[in-house]
Amino acid sequence: MSVATHPETETLLYLDGVSVSFDGFKALNELSMVIEAGEMRAIIGPNGAGKTTMMDVVTGKTRPDTGTILFDGDVDLTRLDEAAIAELGIGRKFQKPTVFDRHTVWDNLELALAGRRTTMSALFRAEGPQERQRIEELLAIIRLGEQRHMLAANLSHGQKQWLEIGMLLAQEPKLLLVDEPAAGMTDAETAATADLLKEIAKEKSVIVVEHDMAFVRALGVKVTVLNEGSVLSEGTIDHVSEDPRVIEVYLGR
Amino acid sequence: MSGFIRNGFDRSAVFVVLVLIAAAVAVPALNLSTPASSPLHIPDYAVPLIGKYLTYALLALSVGLIWGYCGILSLGHGAFFALGGYAMGMYLMRQIGTRGVYGDPVLPDFMVFLNWKELPVAWYGFQFFPYAMLMVLLVPGVLAFVFGWFAFRSRVTGVYLSIITQAMTFALMLGFFRNNLGFGGNNGLTDFKDILGFNIQAPETRAALFAASALALALAYVICKAIIASRFGKVLVAIRDAESRIRFLGYRVEHYKLVVWTLSACMAGVAGALYVPQVGIINPGEFEPANSIEVVIWVAVGGRGLLVGPIVGAILVNFAKSWFTTGALASFWLFALGGLFVGVTLFLPKGIVGTLTGGWTALKQRRTSAEAEAGIAPTAPDGPAGGRLNPEAAE
Repeated sequence: MSVATHPETETLLYLDGVSVSFDGFKALNELSMVIEAGEMRAIIGPNGAGKTTMMDVVTGKTRPDTGTILFDGDVDLTRLDEAAIAELGIGRKFQKPTVFDRHTVWDNLELALAGRRTTMSALFRAEGPQERQRIEELLAIIRLGEQRHMLAANLSHGQKQWLEIGMLLAQEPKLLLVDEPAAGMTDAETAATADLLKEIAKEKSVIVVEHDMAFVRALGVKVTVLNEGSVLSEGTIDHVSEDPRVIEVYLGR
Repeated sequence: MSGFIRNGFDRSAVFVVLVLIAAAVAVPALNLSTPASSPLHIPDYAVPLIGKYLTYALLALSVGLIWGYCGILSLGHGAFFALGGYAMGMYLMRQIGTRGVYGDPVLPDFMVFLNWKELPVAWYGFQFFPYAMLMVLLVPGVLAFVFGWFAFRSRVTGVYLSIITQAMTFALMLGFFRNNLGFGGNNGLTDFKDILGFNIQAPETRAALFAASALALALAYVICKAIIASRFGKVLVAIRDAESRIRFLGYRVEHYKLVVWTLSACMAGVAGALYVPQVGIINPGEFEPANSIEVVIWVAVGGRGLLVGPIVGAILVNFAKSWFTTGALASFWLFALGGLFVGVTLFLPKGIVGTLTGGWTALKQRRTSAEAEAGIAPTAPDGPAGGRLNPEAAE
């Protein structure tokens, strides 16, 4: 669906034969996957399938034992740390909403704004009019304009999720990794979140990890099913949900 | 740069700075220009005593900055304090000259006693005051930089970091106890005569040292306030509360920690340098791990959520210590200190200052909402600056 808006696609993220094991447990087993520029992809799979580990290796939190991970053509992500990968344009949203509770909504967004990461600029450079305008835009997108001076700690669960998505957008990433954005949300919030992600996917590549099948269906994008650390099935939601291997993994034998 | 300082200058900062400047003027004035019979007279012994409290307050402030705002609990800050003190002590030793017991124009007494013939290279240049002052900043600063470089790059955090800071100060203590390290062994450095040509015992010199301590504390406080108000300060708090989140936003956490850690060590060094001429001695006992733990207790008692907390805590606890240890209760002091720490942790987790300001804000908010309900004040308590009423958000 979103692929249709980008007829000439090119590879943004390329994983080939990526394996990670923790104390003998293979969290990722020869995982290979390609994400095109401008694509939104949903990743599903049972617990322990390797969804979160996949995000960890892409964002530099975990180093793979073997395998290649290339971003934007030829940048080797396995050699970089979290901060360097974030600066390249990969943003990550955690499963549990993680915002800075003791800061206001405004300050949370200000910290996330792209650029200006050195200690000296943080000490001596105040926010300028462009930065303020950008924060205003983001507040409108995530619908938290009213709460701008509230401490993030006092936001509702759904509002925290949106604030975190807003912080990701503020980073101006090329690729967003979103871990279970609809977890713990009401139905209305879930629908609003799906709309928000679809809006974002018009300009950026997005990988969404999700359990909630209704939510994945609402996104209407290509789905990758992971199991035991590698790809089990790939295709539209209807295609994968009819795949006998997927049914077996989800429903048991 | 001027904007940097101005950002930190809110109402509470102006108040604290004014109090410290007033103390810098009033205490020396009341000591020097009132007769001993006057009820306002401050006796000679009290000036260096309160001056000592102020240097402790500066040390506590340096710990409060990294612990309260960046979550780095240092149990070894006494080491940076002592190193700054030693740098000042070396300058003071070299001012003694031929007035020492052995009358050697270059070698301090303890070196003559150990039968040394030449001044160790580490002592070169310490006869010059500006060089010694540079070392007051540089020696703790470089040690902190190297220590922090390895610790933060390897992502040592929490209790593990606290333990290695303890190990650091303990190792330094063992080193400084050795005669052949060349810093006076277990006797340390003492018997100072003068500083910048003024007799170190004279009431006027002590008054000047007192004023210098108060002004150094005020300056350090303003710098800390400015740091906290800047985006750098917001990043520090973000590191404290959600380190991996700020890392995934692209901030190099280790750089931020290293800058604030090194700055904090330099502040502790200045505190030590002001402490030594007022107490007249520096010895390896200052490196004792227990000293560094005591600093943490001062900060916890005062409150670590605000910058004034450590200052108030250091002064109150040390005042209590002086009072306790000069009376019949002297042998109970450590029990009292331990009890105080347990009590504060259990009942006042925000410390004295944090609890007082928290209570004041709650009271004010309750009054505002009561008035709003009664229709007296039509403005909602959550106006455009609503979030900023919160003391933690404001500081």
